[in-house]
Amino acid sequence: MSERATAGEIVAAIAAGTTTARAVTEAALARIAALDPRLGAFTDVTAARARARAEAIDTGKAPRGALTGVPFAVKNLFDIAGLPTRAGSAINRAHPPAMADATLITRMEAAGAVLVGALNMGEYAYDFTGENAHDGPSRNPHDLSRMSGGSSGGSGAAVAARLVPIALGSDTNGSIRVPSSFCGVFGLKPTYGRLSRAGSFPFVASLDHLGPFARSVGDLALAYDAMQGPDDHDPACTARPAEPVAALLQAGAEGLRIGIAGGYFRANAGLDAIAAVETVAMALRPARNVELPEAARARAAAYIITTTEGAALHLDRLRERAGDFDPDVRDRLIAGAMLPAPFAARAQKFRRWYRAQVLRLFDTVDAIIAPATPCVAPKLGAKTLTIDGREVPLRPNIGIYTQPISFIGLPVVAVPLARPGGLPIAVQIITPPWREDLGLRIAHALESRGVVAAPTPPAPF
Amino acid sequence: MSDTPDEAQLDALIAATAPVLGLAIDPAWQGGIRQHLAISLTQMRLVDEFALPDDAEPAPVFRA
Repeated sequence: MSERATAGEIVAAIAAGTTTARAVTEAALARIAALDPRLGAFTDVTAARARARAEAIDTGKAPRGALTGVPFAVKNLFDIAGLPTRAGSAINRAHPPAMADATLITRMEAAGAVLVGALNMGEYAYDFTGENAHDGPSRNPHDLSRMSGGSSGGSGAAVAARLVPIALGSDTNGSIRVPSSFCGVFGLKPTYGRLSRAGSFPFVASLDHLGPFARSVGDLALAYDAMQGPDDHDPACTARPAEPVAALLQAGAEGLRIGIAGGYFRANAGLDAIAAVETVAMALRPARNVELPEAARARAAAYIITTTEGAALHLDRLRERAGDFDPDVRDRLIAGAMLPAPFAARAQKFRRWYRAQVLRLFDTVDAIIAPATPCVAPKLGAKTLTIDGREVPLRPNIGIYTQPISFIGLPVVAVPLARPGGLPIAVQIITPPWREDLGLRIAHALESRGVVAAPTPPAPF
Repeated sequence: MSDTPDEAQLDALIAATAPVLGLAIDPAWQGGIRQHLAISLTQMRLVDEFALPDDAEPAPVFRA
């Protein structure tokens, strides 16, 4: 199989007997070995496990399903039995190995997928850069001198470089959508509570989501469907039964009412981001402008909840091991610990108010289009970003468009624009709670018309 | 909330809260912590100045 093959094509080829799970797995492992040293996407390659799994699939000793023989990899905050769950940190890699896999890994494997490794990420998921002080950065396959985006940077880079067709990541404030934008791949941040987080290292319990990356909407849907379903081991996970979407994609976007986020979502966008939204808006017309009320305040409240909850999570480590943190992460977390408590409570009160206002918008539109990032991937090492003509700190500002959305748990499909020759950039397709199907249908319609696509990175990827 | 605190006020906040939290602050970290405190307090101001009624319930465990 070519590295260009989608998950769906791999499954079909194995079913037809034209290849085997073992052959697909060996090809993926060979490609990772050859290319990842330049990319830095993987922190562990689980080759022995992958070979054993593939062999079991080929000999009928492991389950087959919608993802039979499809290689996948996970951000290294997912528990993988036998490996310490490092969560991008130096501190956690000294922990005992995980005793069991995260729920979502178990579900992917139950559908026939083959885990090939763990992926690089920003320390404790508190970054938007894809840089890591301990493991080095995951690099952007479209320009190795640029950021992959974070904090699921390795996930975005591995899929964009076609090392795996599917990767899993986490998104607390934009950590799936930002790497999707910078690396030019599709990403799904489902509704808060849709996918189980059991067996993953947390960051901000009231904002954490897990979800898939892929190079096609069909693959995104296959992975999403395989992972749905209640899980008592995650207290936030919904009791709703699985609502599969893969068979619904062909329904398209016809008849859906499209809104384009204005105001806050245009004010600080760079030219690439504005052009990306306009391209999608043109393809989906008629579309009307909508205003998410108090989006700047929503972003501010998400910022406060993140820094205070994150500080609470890490307080003991900050007391005992502060010198072992990435300095950028440490200083932010310490600052978060020092913030007065009433503001965190007010941020949670505001969250409830803002949710009610935004949900009203969905009385008039079925989906809202907004930029995913204010700009294309910055250079590695950059500490500042120019937004609206002002130079601002980079880490706190890459997520200005993603934070007001995940703040209230809305599902989002990040779709990369088909921009031959240019650096990738994505837009967000935002839909009402539990309506991932609508976002994926719109994404599929845009993909079918060639408006969005995962761009091919330059050689050697 | 008062206007954005100046450097001395931020340093005073760090000095006052670090022992309460049980945190030992290396002087080399002071500038970074101060910068992040200033950013967070600017964000806090946005939330703080937005009036909500007493019965506006928080959403600490959000369910969509």
